[in-house]
Amino acid sequence: MTGQITGFDLVIIGAGPAGMAAAIAASRAGSAVLVLDEQATPGGQVHRGIEPRMADDLGIEPRMADGTALGRDDRDGAALVETFRASGAICWGDACVWQVERLAQNRLAVEGGFRICLSRHGIAHVITARQLILATGAIERPVPIVGWTLPGVMSVGAAQILLKTGGNVPASRTVIAGQGPLVLLYVTQLLKLGIKPSAILDTTPPGAFGRALRHLPGALPDVAQLARGLGFMAAIRKAGVPVIRGVGDLKALGQSHLEQVSYLAAGRWQSMPADLLLLHEGVVPHTHLAMSMGVAHRWDGHQLCWRPVLDDHAQTSVGGLRIAGDGGGIGGWRLAVIDGTRAGLAATRALGHAPDSAAAKTALRRKAARHVPLRRFLDAWYRPRDAVLCPADEVIVCRCETTTAGDVRAAVAAGCTGPNQVKTATRCGMGPCQGRECSLTLTMLVAQARKITAEAAGHLNIRPPLKPLTLGELASLSGQAATNA
Amino acid sequence: MTTRLFRKLPDAHRDHDITLMVEGRPTRVKAGESAAAAALLAGIAATRTHPVSGAPRAPYCMMGVCFECLMVIDGTPSRQACLVPVREGMRIERQDAVRRLSADHGPS
Repeated sequence: MTGQITGFDLVIIGAGPAGMAAAIAASRAGSAVLVLDEQATPGGQVHRGIEPRMADDLGIEPRMADGTALGRDDRDGAALVETFRASGAICWGDACVWQVERLAQNRLAVEGGFRICLSRHGIAHVITARQLILATGAIERPVPIVGWTLPGVMSVGAAQILLKTGGNVPASRTVIAGQGPLVLLYVTQLLKLGIKPSAILDTTPPGAFGRALRHLPGALPDVAQLARGLGFMAAIRKAGVPVIRGVGDLKALGQSHLEQVSYLAAGRWQSMPADLLLLHEGVVPHTHLAMSMGVAHRWDGHQLCWRPVLDDHAQTSVGGLRIAGDGGGIGGWRLAVIDGTRAGLAATRALGHAPDSAAAKTALRRKAARHVPLRRFLDAWYRPRDAVLCPADEVIVCRCETTTAGDVRAAVAAGCTGPNQVKTATRCGMGPCQGRECSLTLTMLVAQARKITAEAAGHLNIRPPLKPLTLGELASLSGQAATNA
Repeated sequence: MTTRLFRKLPDAHRDHDITLMVEGRPTRVKAGESAAAAALLAGIAATRTHPVSGAPRAPYCMMGVCFECLMVIDGTPSRQACLVPVREGMRIERQDAVRRLSADHGPS
C-alpha cells in the first residue's frame, strides 16, 4: 500500500453517524467508498467504542435496570454501525488525516478531485478521491475559566469517553459544572451505575429558560426528546444530587492539581473541595479541516460558532466537497444520519452513479426540518454566559501557549485587527493544538474589543499539516514521490 | 501522587485485559482504551509539564483536540496519548517541559 496512490470515487472523513450514513447511501448506489477515522472503530464520539463495548462487557450492562447499557441511543447506534459494516464501504480506523488538497483539473486522470494525506500505524499514505465528504463532527466548546489547565479539570465529554471505552467512572469528589444535554445525560448514566457526583453547578444564566420558551411550541412535536430531558432531570432530583443554579465566575483552584472549586451563586461567593471538575458548555462544529481547505464559513449567531456555508445538498464553496453532520452545524446524531444520507446521495449523483430523485430529496429535507425547532429551543436555553465566551483578563485562553484574554485584548489595543494578527503578536493559537481550543474565544475577544461582529473579526487561518507527523512518516512517502516524478 | 480520579466499574470482565507500564508501574486496562486513559487509571496527576510555564498538565478532552495529553510512549515523545490504543507491555511515561537529553528520550 505504501508508495501507491489509491483512488476512490468517494472518500469520507469521519466514521460517526453522518459519515457512516453517507457511506451506506453511496455504497448502495455502487460508488467505491473509503471512510477514514482517527479512532480504531466506527461510531464517532457519540457512539464511541460501540463495537468493542457491545462485544466485551465493561461492567456497564449488569448495572442497568433496563439492560440497555448506555441507553436507547447505544442500541440504535449499534444497528447503524452494523449496517455500515455490511455496506461494502472500506473503513480505515486509526487514520490521522494531516492534509487534504484539491487536485488541479485532469491531473492524475481524475476530474478535479482531491488528494488526501494521512498517517496510519506510523506509515503515510496518499489517496485520491473524485468526491469528498467531511463528517468531522463536533468538539466541545472551550470553557476558559481560571484554573482550567489544572490537572483534575477535564471536559464532561472526556469523562464520558472514559466511561464508553473502558467502563471507567469518577473515583473521588467530582463536581460537574456547566449546562446542556450532555451534562444531564452523563450524570444520569453515572447515577444508573451507582456513582453520585458531589454537586452539579448549573451555569445557565437566570432567565435563559424564559427566553427560550418562545421556541418551545415549535419543539413540541419532538416530545420524545423533551420527555427524555425531563426524565434526566427527575432522576437527578430523585437521587438527591445537589444542584446549584445560576452559577457564575467559576474558578478551579489548586497548586499542582485541582483542590477546590469556587463560584458565585445567589450573590454569594462559595466554594467546595473537589478532586475532579468536569466542564461543559455545549458543542460546536469541528471546522478545522474544512477551514484548511478554504471552505467559506459564516458566523452562526444562534450557536455562537463558525459553520460552513452549505447548499441544500451539503455542497460547500469548494466544488465536489460536501460537509455532513455536526461539522456543518450542531443538530445532534439523529439529524446527522439524515444529513449524511443526503450528502452521500448527492455525491453519487455527482459521480453519475445515481439518478436525480426529487421525491427522495424532498422527503429527506422534510425529515431534517423536523429537528430544527428543538435545536433552536436548546440553543436559546443553553446559550453560554458572556464571561465564558469572552473571559476576564487573567484567564488563559490558549492552553498551548498560556496566552491570556488580557494578552489578546492588549494586542488588539496595540492595533491587531483580527485573530491572525493577534496570533502573530501573542502566539495565541500557535501551539500544538493549532487553535482548536482557543480560536472561537480568540474571535469573540477580538470582536468584543473592537466592538465589531464575530463575522467581521474573522477566524484563524488553518494550515497543514493538521496533525504533527514524524520525519519517518514523511519519508515513507518517498517511493511515491519518485513514481510521480 | 494525588487521589485517583477514575476507577473501573467492579463488574468489568477481565477477558480482554491488557497489562502495561505507566511510569514503570504495572497497570491493567481494557483492550480498546487509550494510553491517556491508562495514565489516568494509574493515578498519574500530571501527564506532562508545560514547555512554556513548566506547570503540570493532564488530559483534558480525550478526543484528540486539546493536545494536553502529550506523553512519551514506548520511548517516542510528544504522542497524543488519547489517540494511542493500548498494547500489552506498552511503556507510558510523563513528558517533561524540556525534553531530557538522555539515552532514553534524546533526539535520535
